[in-house]
Amino acid sequence: MKKYKVKKTFHEINEKIKEGRAVVVTAEEMIDVVEKSGDVEAARKIDVVTTGTFSPMCSSGAFLNIGHTSPRIRASRVWLNDVPAYGGIAAVDCYIGATEVVEGDPLNSVYPGEFHYGGGHVIEDLVSGNVIKLRAEGYGTDCYPARKFEKNITINDLRNAILFNPRNAYQNYNCAVNLSDTTIYTYMGMLRPRMANANYSTSGQLSPLFNDPYYRTIGVGTRIFLGGAQGFVAWPGTQHNPNAYRGANGVPKEGAGTLAVVGNLKEMTPEWLAGASILGYGVSLYVGIGIPIPILNEEMARFTAVKDENIYTQVYDYSMDYPKGLSKPLAEVSYKDLRSGTIVIDGKKVITAPLSSYYKARQIANILKEWIEGGKFILGEPQQTLPSVEI
Amino acid sequence: MYSKKIVIRYTPDIVQQPIICQLVKQYDLVFNILKARIFPRREGVIVLELNGLKENFDNGINFLKKMGLQVEPLSKSVSQNIDKCVHCGACTAFCPTGALSFEKQTQKVLFDPEKCNGCEICVSACPVRAMEINLL
Ligand code: SF4
Ligand code: SF4
Repeated sequence: MKKYKVKKTFHEINEKIKEGRAVVVTAEEMIDVVEKSGDVEAARKIDVVTTGTFSPMCSSGAFLNIGHTSPRIRASRVWLNDVPAYGGIAAVDCYIGATEVVEGDPLNSVYPGEFHYGGGHVIEDLVSGNVIKLRAEGYGTDCYPARKFEKNITINDLRNAILFNPRNAYQNYNCAVNLSDTTIYTYMGMLRPRMANANYSTSGQLSPLFNDPYYRTIGVGTRIFLGGAQGFVAWPGTQHNPNAYRGANGVPKEGAGTLAVVGNLKEMTPEWLAGASILGYGVSLYVGIGIPIPILNEEMARFTAVKDENIYTQVYDYSMDYPKGLSKPLAEVSYKDLRSGTIVIDGKKVITAPLSSYYKARQIANILKEWIEGGKFILGEPQQTLPSVEI
Repeated sequence: MYSKKIVIRYTPDIVQQPIICQLVKQYDLVFNILKARIFPRREGVIVLELNGLKENFDNGINFLKKMGLQVEPLSKSVSQNIDKCVHCGACTAFCPTGALSFEKQTQKVLFDPEKCNGCEICVSACPVRAMEINLL
């Protein structure tokens, strides 16, 4: 067991939150606090650091219960605005996935496909309260005789709507370039030939898992900001990999931890859940997530003071190496460089562009801060932290 | 081969006459209707893409004007839908003119119509379709 000079518990911090006495700063503000007063003093002063991210996050979707119809139907095939949802769960439960494309879309047959509408947009329409055409087919049973059902609905007509995203809030992500001679269209956006641009996708120093690199305070049951409402971390996300290559500060230099998150879709808003059409690739969903990190000791103060210049990622060629599955990075760059607008690779200046919104990430961190300061948001102590590694 | 997009405006008295088809018949031009709209008092707007020889194109346009139609080149404008933009910045790397750029302090993505040349690269690069083409 390590000896800490400052020791606080979730319970103590929550008591302060309830009394309106908790001191909360955003991950950006924490950088200055620790720089000025050091980690021990900062840990004494600060109770919670808030983080945020707003990015296209594949591996998102929602469980919907459409309620029983009369006559009853065992809805084995379901469409929402002609986007197929998975119906093999129960009679009137389905799962609408963010990356499902609308039926009849020309896909990439007219290259690059535009992908105007899909599951991510259905979810945005649901939280916007827009009317959605629900269509279901069943094969008819003695207890569920109906074979067809069609109705225009809104989210209010659904019995339940639960956002459940199996893999969100990636701790780090590749920076993508294209070394070939033609433009390519990837899930990292449009990449112009001969390394004309480099795309990246995290909010760096504001991003949740960069601020708790070993998942000391985050796990099953952590209460979070999710799509504008309060949700929870449900499980380690798919592909969660604590064994990633890390820097001296513990921060992974490549994709590492992920989160599975859950929340009530009915409480969420389109400001924080937006459908995405990625040219030549497909559809996805922009998800807004914010995680509060309790400053239990000076080590957590140090972790949450991490800044862009000390967070690195790997640059990959998405024209050859990446699709072939070869993992040979071209370079390692810091988020400070990425966010400056240009990076230098092999002596060449390359323009950078993010896919995730730093502006919205900052807004989320500030909203979460207000919620906690106002006693509207109590920290959820994890029942079990995420799989991690020893330092 | 010459190709140009034009906007044709007409008044209610000529809406019934078969004029556009004459472009094909008499002037050997191929047209593609990009947008057509008839307003409540039956005046209307058509946006056409015309393809053909330059000479035929010029004669065709003169014909339309003689028939009393108002013809203008289509100058499209691109604009940023503020309600849709999530300020991700994906567009900033593609904009050739610097019309789309980050505002340092707020990290918002600002659009400067003065700098925009209407190339439309941002329209397809924007994941939430916040960059819109205004035809008319
Ligand atoms: S249309 Fe072209 S010049 Fe105008 S903002 Fe978009 S990318 Fe920039
Ligand atoms: S790509 Fe679209 S959403 Fe992103 S900043 Fe540009 S206009 Fe806004």
